Amino acid sequence: MTEYLDVVDWSRAQFALTAMYHWLFVPLTLGLAFIMAFMETIYVRTGNEEWKRITKFWQTLFGVNFAIGVATGLILEFEFGTNWSNYSWFVGDIFGAPLAIEGIMAFFMESTFIAVMFFGWNKVSKKFHLASTWLVALGANLSALWILVANAWMQYPAGMHFNPDTARNEMHNFWDVLFSPVAINKFLHTISSGYVLAAIFVIGVSAWYLLKKREIQLAKRSIVIAAVFGLISALFLAFTGDGSAYQVAQKQPMKLAAMEGLYEGQEGTGLVVIGALTPNKKFDDEKDPFIFKIEIPKLLSFLGYRNFDAFVPGVNDLINGGYTYTDAQGNEQIALSAEQKIARGKIAIKALGDYNEASDAGDTEQMKYYRSILEENFLYFGYGYLNDPSSIIPNIPLTFYSFRVMVGLGFLFIAFFAFIIFLAFKQKLQNAKWVLWTSVFMIPLVYLASQAGWIVAEVGRQPWVIQDILPTMAAVSRIDASAVQITFVLFAVIFTALLIAEIKIMIKQIKIGPKDGGK
Amino acid sequence: MIDSTYILLQQYWWFIISLLGALLVFLLFVQGGQTLIYTIGKTEIERKMLVNALGRKWEYTFTTLVTFGGAFFASFPLFYSTSFGGAYWVWMAILFCFIIQAISYEYRSKPNNFLGQRTYETFLFINGLLGTILLGTAVATFFTGSQFSVEKMNLTNIANPIISSWETPWHGLEAALNVHNLTLGLAVFFLARILGLLYFMNYINDEAILARAKKNLLYNAIPFLVFFLTFTVWLLLRDGFAVNPDTKEVFMQPYKYLHNLIEMPLVLITFLAGVVLVLLGIGRSLFTSCTKGIWFTGAGTILTVLSLFLIAGYNNTAYYPSTFNLQHSLTIFNSSSSKFTLSVMSIVSILIPFVATYIWFAWRAITRKKIDAEEMGTESHTY
Repeated sequence: MTEYLDVVDWSRAQFALTAMYHWLFVPLTLGLAFIMAFMETIYVRTGNEEWKRITKFWQTLFGVNFAIGVATGLILEFEFGTNWSNYSWFVGDIFGAPLAIEGIMAFFMESTFIAVMFFGWNKVSKKFHLASTWLVALGANLSALWILVANAWMQYPAGMHFNPDTARNEMHNFWDVLFSPVAINKFLHTISSGYVLAAIFVIGVSAWYLLKKREIQLAKRSIVIAAVFGLISALFLAFTGDGSAYQVAQKQPMKLAAMEGLYEGQEGTGLVVIGALTPNKKFDDEKDPFIFKIEIPKLLSFLGYRNFDAFVPGVNDLINGGYTYTDAQGNEQIALSAEQKIARGKIAIKALGDYNEASDAGDTEQMKYYRSILEENFLYFGYGYLNDPSSIIPNIPLTFYSFRVMVGLGFLFIAFFAFIIFLAFKQKLQNAKWVLWTSVFMIPLVYLASQAGWIVAEVGRQPWVIQDILPTMAAVSRIDASAVQITFVLFAVIFTALLIAEIKIMIKQIKIGPKDGGK
Repeated sequence: MIDSTYILLQQYWWFIISLLGALLVFLLFVQGGQTLIYTIGKTEIERKMLVNALGRKWEYTFTTLVTFGGAFFASFPLFYSTSFGGAYWVWMAILFCFIIQAISYEYRSKPNNFLGQRTYETFLFINGLLGTILLGTAVATFFTGSQFSVEKMNLTNIANPIISSWETPWHGLEAALNVHNLTLGLAVFFLARILGLLYFMNYINDEAILARAKKNLLYNAIPFLVFFLTFTVWLLLRDGFAVNPDTKEVFMQPYKYLHNLIEMPLVLITFLAGVVLVLLGIGRSLFTSCTKGIWFTGAGTILTVLSLFLIAGYNNTAYYPSTFNLQHSLTIFNSSSSKFTLSVMSIVSILIPFVATYIWFAWRAITRKKIDAEEMGTESHTY
């Protein structure tokens, strides 16, 4: 049993490692592709060679970053099979489709036109080249769409039903999967975070040139494009962030409670702006959850339910149940306790076994009977694999602090972009040394915010791989923990080596600058 | 009740998977070429031309691999969960071979690249050597079988709900050490090298490279033919994993794959045409001044591999056989996605010809003019 749990933890560690490395490279690709496309559009429209030089410079950095995103992406795709074998069968009917569509629709577009973008400058017409650059941006963002649809579906499984004959979930409505509100929000929120990251990257690198009094033209022009793009994206990011929080409140109340460190729910709950959590707090002890906190009254109720007086359930409410909530159909319901959910999950799992036995015996009456029991309790199927009610609580400190890092930095970036645009407009940016240095140091911060976002999304939803339907521990492959340990270490070493290489090459390329065409 | 639309969809998706697999093997010319950089390139500029010729195509191979995986997942998820989670070490080894490839082109000649140019070239070599052999051995298990079990009702065992189990502690290493599997692995390796050489001959405008490529073509064609013929003869003579269409029972049938070829004449014609084209491309390149052999051998590779995949899955055959328990073998019917999902995906697959068309145009636009030493000096983006 412990060996089995070890596999779960190591598999999680390996997947988290791969996903976090992947997400170090992808957001820059998403945003920089558009920034390059804007620049090249200006070049084609004006015929000004300086813009071509600027485009090509950023393109070189894009190339250094791109390949490693591709490499880590391949690993992620196959890890669903290698490390999450049960998951792959249990929901492969729904989850596999977006991955395949991503390959057919997006990856080929990206890889085909990236070749034209890099090698086509002297081989194809200006317009064909420009179209290729735009198609690279479109392809990259389309691939983000499909993988985020898949991820959103795990957080909010829509458009499917469980088939006891095949012992898996099957898709019955593709549009419900594609256009689920969680999917749309997640897609828009995630890609706009990539745009913000790329904008800050471009501003930071350009600011360094201004500090070194080099490439003044390139730097100034790049900053203006990136700051405008960044400001629009950051505002949109805040808007979609609000949408995401609303969806979390509706669909994953435990994640919301963890994001807020909320143990005892109440009507008119405030939003914690900053706070320090009491260490080692257990859900059922009497400790105050916070050492200190500053909160805005009633705001969480409003953000989560669009009503200042709405009841927001806390961790303890979700475990003990008994509060009233409105379900997806708009009916008032009394919440079940975690223990009741676990009991009903076990009934569902047992009914699946009984259904199967009846099916083997050819007893259609019994099959019908067990099927109805299974369907009645299926909403809680995943709870059946849990034994302890407290296992539905994710890691609260990690979720809580990551959320604050993400949101706090997000608002800082809005102010930053606005300030940069203001200074650029006033022609004062070049001499404002402290602003330029700040811009350089914004680069690590935006990467931090970006990673924190994924921690909130993925740690906050534990223990679920598929919300309420499949817990992480029932999703793994049957392999030895030691095997996963070995591959984890190998991945960690190789990803880290590649990251170091990437950063070193990137810094060198920035130092070389665009003078000789970025080579 | 037999749902003939569902059966048609399952067969359609096996065809798509087979086609993607076939395209992937053709595109392994990139990997094959990577193992020849120091054999064919004797000077720095020659090697640069070779690397750049390959570097403009590597992403197609990579993307095809990713799409092959995604399409397999979406259409036959039970294969994905059983094989990848079970034959862990083989698949992980393949993955490692491909991570180190993805960055090597871009980083190889960049200043301050941390690991040094030779390391990235070694990465390319490893990818070409192990990537091809391991993919070949993994595909060979479609005919030789693996030791796994699939018990869907394990889901109801709360303490240990995992459905698919690998029944040997080797977790896939046993497949790589099986002689029959290795024969196909080595055939794929030498084929990839042949394709790489033919690609160099067609795309690089350099006398020395052309002469060396031609010479090496012979050295690689001979082992390829030996391994390929060994594998094929053995395949056609061996017992195969047949399925009784009425009872769904899996049983061993003598000469199953030979029967499949004879009972599906179109596949037989595809197979023979493929083999002839492969040989024609090699022969013309060896014995005439033709440099377009890649088109013949490439097309032949696609047809041959396609037909091999088809005889593995069609005509009541279990494509992923379990030697642990024959009745746990995967067929295209018991491992596929639901009818609804396959229908949705089939609609999406209408895009494939469109995708193929733009790839063709973009490929042509970039490759119209052959690579030469001069271009290496003037091109702004080189590897």
